[in-house]
Amino acid sequence: MFTLNATIVRITEESPSVRTFFFDLEFETMEPGQFVMVWVRGVDEVPMGLSRKNSITIQKVGEATSKLFELKEGDSFGLRGPFGRGFSLLSKGEKILIIAGGVGSAPLAPYADAACAVGSKVDTILGARNADDLIFEERFAAAGEVYVSTDDGSKGTKGFVTDILSRLDVLLYDRIAVCGPEIMMASVFRLLEDRKVLEKAEFSLHRYFKCGIGVCGACCIDRSGLRVCKDGPVFSGVQLLDSELGRYTRDASGRRVKI
Amino acid sequence: MYTLTGLELKNPTILAAGILGTTGASLCRVAREGGAGAVVTKSMGPMPKTGHPNPSMVRLDCGFLNAMGLPNPSYPGFLQELEIAKKDSGVPVIASIFGGTAAEFTKVAEGLLPGKPDAFELNVSCPHAEGYGTAVGTSPCLVEAITAAVKDVVNVPVWVKLTPNVSDITCVGTAAESGGADAVVAINTLKGMAIDIESGYPVLGNRSGGLSGKAVKPVAVKCVYDLYTALEIPIIGVGGVSSWQDAVEMMMAGASAVQIGSAVYDRVDIFSEISTGIEAFLQRKGYSNVKRLIGLSHEMV
Repeated sequence: MFTLNATIVRITEESPSVRTFFFDLEFETMEPGQFVMVWVRGVDEVPMGLSRKNSITIQKVGEATSKLFELKEGDSFGLRGPFGRGFSLLSKGEKILIIAGGVGSAPLAPYADAACAVGSKVDTILGARNADDLIFEERFAAAGEVYVSTDDGSKGTKGFVTDILSRLDVLLYDRIAVCGPEIMMASVFRLLEDRKVLEKAEFSLHRYFKCGIGVCGACCIDRSGLRVCKDGPVFSGVQLLDSELGRYTRDASGRRVKI
Repeated sequence: MYTLTGLELKNPTILAAGILGTTGASLCRVAREGGAGAVVTKSMGPMPKTGHPNPSMVRLDCGFLNAMGLPNPSYPGFLQELEIAKKDSGVPVIASIFGGTAAEFTKVAEGLLPGKPDAFELNVSCPHAEGYGTAVGTSPCLVEAITAAVKDVVNVPVWVKLTPNVSDITCVGTAAESGGADAVVAINTLKGMAIDIESGYPVLGNRSGGLSGKAVKPVAVKCVYDLYTALEIPIIGVGGVSSWQDAVEMMMAGASAVQIGSAVYDRVDIFSEISTGIEAFLQRKGYSNVKRLIGLSHEMV
């Protein structure tokens, strides 16, 4: 499967540092939570969760994403994918809790859309540093209740997603889907472990990828040795027991880096 | 169980270098869940390296093209991973190492000795890292000197992985044997390149790289066949092995064991599948053991 050419058809600004790029391809078989490798030619190739069948939602953080932010409608980039294992498919009538932090809402928004489409009830805890950084609030709101937290209190509860989560009765939910900064996911993991509901929780991990197709091993996590790019990026809570989650990651050379 | 350069292997399938070999946990998974008879680590060098920019590996219709660029945490950074692999994999662990000179090779080998690798594999064949790999591996003199230098400082078997990007692979194979190699591993990837015609950019971040997978298997079979004629030491066949039939073919050409790399793309338990397939083939043919296959095609004239 060769690299596809994606031409940008529309760009929307989600927050001061986050933009959605709609492209002229539709990944009909995409599972929410799957990712694509985005190739900014001549610069780098980076993994990005699909925010729709035809869009990626990107935070400007490094060289490749900065170059992407310079692109305009009509410009193009290379795409490979969709790759990896997404969030578990939904059944009608299930009750779902989504916990999204910052740009972590990008792969969760299509999950909320899919849940809504099969008639599931979806509640969302949506967190960000401030009101401007809340991503896809309206998409989550269309699927059910949204509880907002901001670090600075500019909207919703002042504090973290865990402050809201600790007040909810997690036993009411059939599934819990989590994506956000690793420190946040580790806090959520510990809380769900305490409540003994890890088996119904799924977490989407972020690691440095090289090949993106499960061959090189640069993104394997301890202690399972599972590949984030192929066995993940979405893992069940049980798979992450006794793992490196929240403790360390690895850089491009394979050295452990503390989180 | 059978013996390869003194190592006891439960089956003749070995994880190739550079594949799922960056962490100890990953190597253990390939051994335990995947069923590999032995595992070779990612190549370790004297200094930490981040490797080439992405894209570093792409799938083509005929195989895979990669230019990782020898990313590695360096030998001190890898010691704890090697220890994990040794403790929990339950199979021989072979440390792949690289360097630009004989002195660098011996420095890395000595540095990894506390991790007690069961053997070393010398990477003198990576086709796309400046100053390393093929840069030294195309010279029979350098290969002999590097092999001899490493043999001098370690007391475990030394395998030498050869590049097919030479006019006659047996010259380099013979040099490795003269240097004291316990086995040669053939082949590393073939130089290759792909271009994105929409933009004109070469697809790999390093512009070009090495080809692996199905397309290279006939090249590997021929290299193994020729090396079997030229050398006394065992040959480990690698290049495009993705089924038990491929493994049997490689062994009939002269390989004492096979390494599997790109084929983990399809499934990690490819090792169990291939070793089970080989066993069934031996039974069907009435061969007493796997040794009957090694070099069999040389007798068929």
